[in-house]
Amino acid sequence: MKSHYAESRGLHLNYKIILNIIEEGAKVLDLGCGSGELLKMLKENKNVSGRGVEINEINVIKCIENGVSVFQGDIDEGLKEYQDKSYDYVILNQTLQCTHKPDYVIQEMLRVGKKIVISFPNFAYWKIRFHLFFKGTMPKSKVLPFEWYDTPNIHLLTINDFREFCSVRSISVEKEIFAIRASVKNNIFNKILANFFTEEVIFVVSKETND
Amino acid sequence: MDIKQKSSSTDDSVGIVETKYYTYPDKIKLESGIEFGPITIAYETCGQLNEAGNNAILLLHALSGDAHVAGYNSPEDKKPGWWDSMIGPGKAFDTNKYFIVCSNVLGGCKGTTGPSSINPETGKPYALSFPVVTIEDMVNVQKILIDYLGIKSLLSVAGGSMGGMQAMEWVIHYPEFVKSAIVIASTSKLSAQGIAFNAVGRTAIISDSNWNDGNYYESEPPANGLSIARMIGHITYLSEESMHKKFGRKLQDKTSPDYNFNVDFQVESYLQHQGQSFVDRFDANSYLYITKAMDYFDLPSKYGSLALAFRQTRSKFLVVSFSSDWLFPPEQSKDVVKALMNTDKDVAYCAIESNCGHDAFLIEKDHQTRIINSFLKDISETNLSRV
Repeated sequence: MKSHYAESRGLHLNYKIILNIIEEGAKVLDLGCGSGELLKMLKENKNVSGRGVEINEINVIKCIENGVSVFQGDIDEGLKEYQDKSYDYVILNQTLQCTHKPDYVIQEMLRVGKKIVISFPNFAYWKIRFHLFFKGTMPKSKVLPFEWYDTPNIHLLTINDFREFCSVRSISVEKEIFAIRASVKNNIFNKILANFFTEEVIFVVSKETND
Repeated sequence: MDIKQKSSSTDDSVGIVETKYYTYPDKIKLESGIEFGPITIAYETCGQLNEAGNNAILLLHALSGDAHVAGYNSPEDKKPGWWDSMIGPGKAFDTNKYFIVCSNVLGGCKGTTGPSSINPETGKPYALSFPVVTIEDMVNVQKILIDYLGIKSLLSVAGGSMGGMQAMEWVIHYPEFVKSAIVIASTSKLSAQGIAFNAVGRTAIISDSNWNDGNYYESEPPANGLSIARMIGHITYLSEESMHKKFGRKLQDKTSPDYNFNVDFQVESYLQHQGQSFVDRFDANSYLYITKAMDYFDLPSKYGSLALAFRQTRSKFLVVSFSSDWLFPPEQSKDVVKALMNTDKDVAYCAIESNCGHDAFLIEKDHQTRIINSFLKDISETNLSRV
């Protein structure tokens, strides 16, 4: 699965935000972990015990070189190798919109993780709305640079979509962190109009197992 | 140590390697409870053991392998060792950095004591009086060699197929001693299908009238039986796709079929060649004993569960599987990885896309080199003091 945008930008902000979310010593599973940078950072700064899942062989090799425990696999096939609630956090950083079965992936994450961290670009961001409104073509931005025909971002969504998704499934939203142009904007103004003003969002959500 | 550069070989070959022998004079207790000894171990080494004695990697061979893992035994040798593409200066197992050891397994026929060896008590080959051995017994014999060589800890144990089985037994039995394990195209228990193929191979040998209850060392060996066993085995090492690519339906040295039962197709000719050349280098009784050891290999039942089997291990793991391997399919590697993950062990899992079937572990040089290089780099940074 290709990363949905240029690696240099944005990711590091996400790393910092995620670093703040995760508690010291937590057990973390990072889905679509790339070359293992986030896990390495979490290990060095928060002493987490972390694992990653990654489909791309070159990235897997980089993970191994970084000493990151990595499982080469396709997250769309689920997390059957992992036991229920066996991780404090399951992270899906900038990958949700690339999955083929986002609902299944989220369901699996909630099964395996006590809490899950999901970040994605908000398709209701005002610039994207304006692009579609005035240009009439599929919106492109630094965050979403691909053409409609070769984009890995096949399940784009908005903040409101995700909130509704959670509410319908009784998933409790614990945190919402909004970011514009690589900086966190969590003031009241942004919170009220988040769906309009937020370029990227990070959700922390959880669900009790009811069996 | 015992390596001279072979003049005709390339820079990344380990050159000429000599097979050495160590004889352990006492008896060891086998898993079956039988006491057995003395045991001679055939082994080869490449690279230098460092002063701390902690840069050694033990390579573990599969069913038909031997101690000759890399380089050439003599300048006249046409073929290098069985994993030559992976061992040498700058290769996956870099002989500039690591001390590589490989020995022939207990029960084998390439220098280590096995059914074809002379029983010192009778002066005759053991034949079927050789005890049935297990993967664990093979590992315990290797440990004797490793101690004899002055190795203080193993940086890694690595092998494909039955070699991977040994690697797993190593980390279970000697958790403090082994820093990492590389388990390639292997399984925690041989499948019913695997046992079935082994059983057919053994039946072919036993049904050969020359077999004579294993007493053929002074007469004709059961060449037909062993050859058939190898032909069957060889089919299981390839994949449908690799066979199709290699042979298709091409005829052997002819343009139309003969309409008789001689060899028509290239694939027939290839298998016959594989079978016949195997007879020249392998002992039929060893084939019986080693396949039996594989059949008995079942970590989950031996230790209660796979998770329990790995509970005491301290090693880092690298598990590698190949997409077209139907003898030891990726799912079986994933079971190992799953058990390791659920017991909080450090494990990396690589699923290599390959159409080479089970034999991919001997063939897929580039993928494995990159993966193993990266893994060993991390392991040696953690375990070897920097110079």
